[in-house]
Amino acid sequence: MTTTQGLARATPAPAQGRGRRSLGNAQAGAGWLFVLPMVVVLGLFLFLPVVMAAWVSVSDWSGRGAPWGGNVNFVGSKNYVDVLGGQGLAARDFGTAIRNNLYYVILVVPLQTVLSLLLAFMVNKRALRGKSFYRTAFYFPSVTSSVAITVLWLFLFSASGAVNAFLGWFSIQGPNWFADPRGVIHIMLGGGDGPAALQEPALFGISGWEWLAGPSVAMCAFILMAIFTTSGTFMLLFLAALQAIGEETEEAAMVDGASAWQRFWYVTLPMLRPTVFTVITLGLIGTWQVFDQIYTGTQGGPSKTTLTPAYLSYDAAFLSGDWGRGAAIAFVLFGIIVLFTILQRLILGGGDNTGTDRRAQRAEKRARTRAAAQTGGVA
Amino acid sequence: MSNTEAARRHAGESHGVGHVATYVVLTLLAIMYIFPFLVEVANSFKTDEEATLAGMSLWSTNWTTAAYTTLFANSDFALWTMNSVIVTVVVTTGRVFFVSLAGYSLARLRFPGRQAVYLALIAVMSVPAVVLLIPKFLVIKSLGIYDSYAGMILPLLVDAAGVFIMRNFFESIPLAVEEAARIDGAGTFRTFWSVVLPMSRPALMTIIILSFQGSWNELNHFIVSTQSPSLTTLTKGVASLASGQLSSGNQYPIKLAAAALMTIPVAIIFFIFQKRIMNTSGGAVKE
Repeated sequence: MTTTQGLARATPAPAQGRGRRSLGNAQAGAGWLFVLPMVVVLGLFLFLPVVMAAWVSVSDWSGRGAPWGGNVNFVGSKNYVDVLGGQGLAARDFGTAIRNNLYYVILVVPLQTVLSLLLAFMVNKRALRGKSFYRTAFYFPSVTSSVAITVLWLFLFSASGAVNAFLGWFSIQGPNWFADPRGVIHIMLGGGDGPAALQEPALFGISGWEWLAGPSVAMCAFILMAIFTTSGTFMLLFLAALQAIGEETEEAAMVDGASAWQRFWYVTLPMLRPTVFTVITLGLIGTWQVFDQIYTGTQGGPSKTTLTPAYLSYDAAFLSGDWGRGAAIAFVLFGIIVLFTILQRLILGGGDNTGTDRRAQRAEKRARTRAAAQTGGVA
Repeated sequence: MSNTEAARRHAGESHGVGHVATYVVLTLLAIMYIFPFLVEVANSFKTDEEATLAGMSLWSTNWTTAAYTTLFANSDFALWTMNSVIVTVVVTTGRVFFVSLAGYSLARLRFPGRQAVYLALIAVMSVPAVVLLIPKFLVIKSLGIYDSYAGMILPLLVDAAGVFIMRNFFESIPLAVEEAARIDGAGTFRTFWSVVLPMSRPALMTIIILSFQGSWNELNHFIVSTQSPSLTTLTKGVASLASGQLSSGNQYPIKLAAAALMTIPVAIIFFIFQKRIMNTSGGAVKE
């Protein structure tokens, strides 16, 4: 080591300059070489696919031969118009899928955010014993596969399953969950066909009355499942943020005589704002992509009430051979996800970190990347 | 001062009731989170009839392993497991290597176009996975790797979030050690391989855990990249069991046995690395 250093110091200036340049070149070469596998894999399987699908979504490709072959024609916006406008089956299916998924998003995102915040808050208490037991219990569903959980859910929510047995203790006769297409709001309104004014096709080919159906009983089982499997991941995110805030702030507020509720509402929650923002963003991205559960569990049934845009896109392309329509649905879904995240940003006003220090920000950022990798917010 | 005392005493008083309430709520919630898995295991050892009629009971008068025997005898469960193991091992090994290579390059090496590559990485991370179902199939098909291990494995070899995690880690470790190695005459790859990587165990463990869990639980990529039964993975196979492709009746015990068995590997990883996974204060990266 000493000899090398001695040599380096002894080398005359011009040679040193040349040496540095060749070192720079070597580093540039190595730099590209090191990122090359990443560039190739992500380029081939993320970037190129999007470009190809964009072409397919405006073509009449039927799944046979190459999508850019001679017998494939440009059809303009036809696939998009089929899906978004008109009264055809394609439009009605898409409208139904959007309605189903919209109720799913509206219910899952707030409930999982509130529940995971509550869990984090409770397991963060300093005096709590058995912390790691509780954390493990709440987090475990998050690491298991969606297929295994769906299989379990189909059993728990079967007609004579555990959930209905539990409801039976309170003399409630539970529904046959996964076979029940009735919308929850329709049930509350007492069924029937609804007022005549709502019978006309409204948005995306389905009537106002159908829009108002609410999530079907079957979809409610999936909603509960989503909350069950994601609350643990988001609990860890909130926990990271809570620990970054530290106890001092809380104690200062306590000294000022603030009640527990006041401390939570006026001190802790505002400081958690960036994390709440992250959880809602990841939640929105995740809940618009419901696929595995539907593929494993219901394939869109009963009566298409668990159909989601993601599953419909797969169904249209792989099962019905209508590739253009499938690709168009995928792009519309992409647009919806982008739109919702922008809307959320406008309403909640960004996730700017105000209260916490840099170290806390870094810890929070790390937790966020990990949560994103896990919830599928990241491809 | 007396103010502080009052606040402390106040907090102490409310502690008793609030504390018990917290334990009650937490314990009830924990039961709700654990109970489904106990139901899963218990019912996989029952007869179909008993599971259908008394699914909530964790006890049975006639335990049986019939479901497990049938599962292995009448389905390709062993083959599915083998495929899942192959894919998971190769993907995890490959990912650790490629992801840390790319992360190191983006964090440390100066080369033209680095900023552009980094920005492209961020952009790519924002594309939702489900949107890529059809597109990925198109590319895999045109590359001629549809319905092969190559098609199942190659697209999963690099994940953008992993590169991001490694880049952030490498930026957080001090430069001095690498400089010393370079002065000793080690090339870029040698420095990376024998100096930087051994220092990166905490971050590498995070990558291993995430990619193991991710590829073991992966479903939709295998749906669009394979069709032959010989390449079916556990997720795809068990999903087909769920939609009732195995004889008549509910067959709940068989399905639950399959679900329980496929959960074991991730459960093992989870309990071994529990500290690391659940450690939120230190995070994945030691600083």
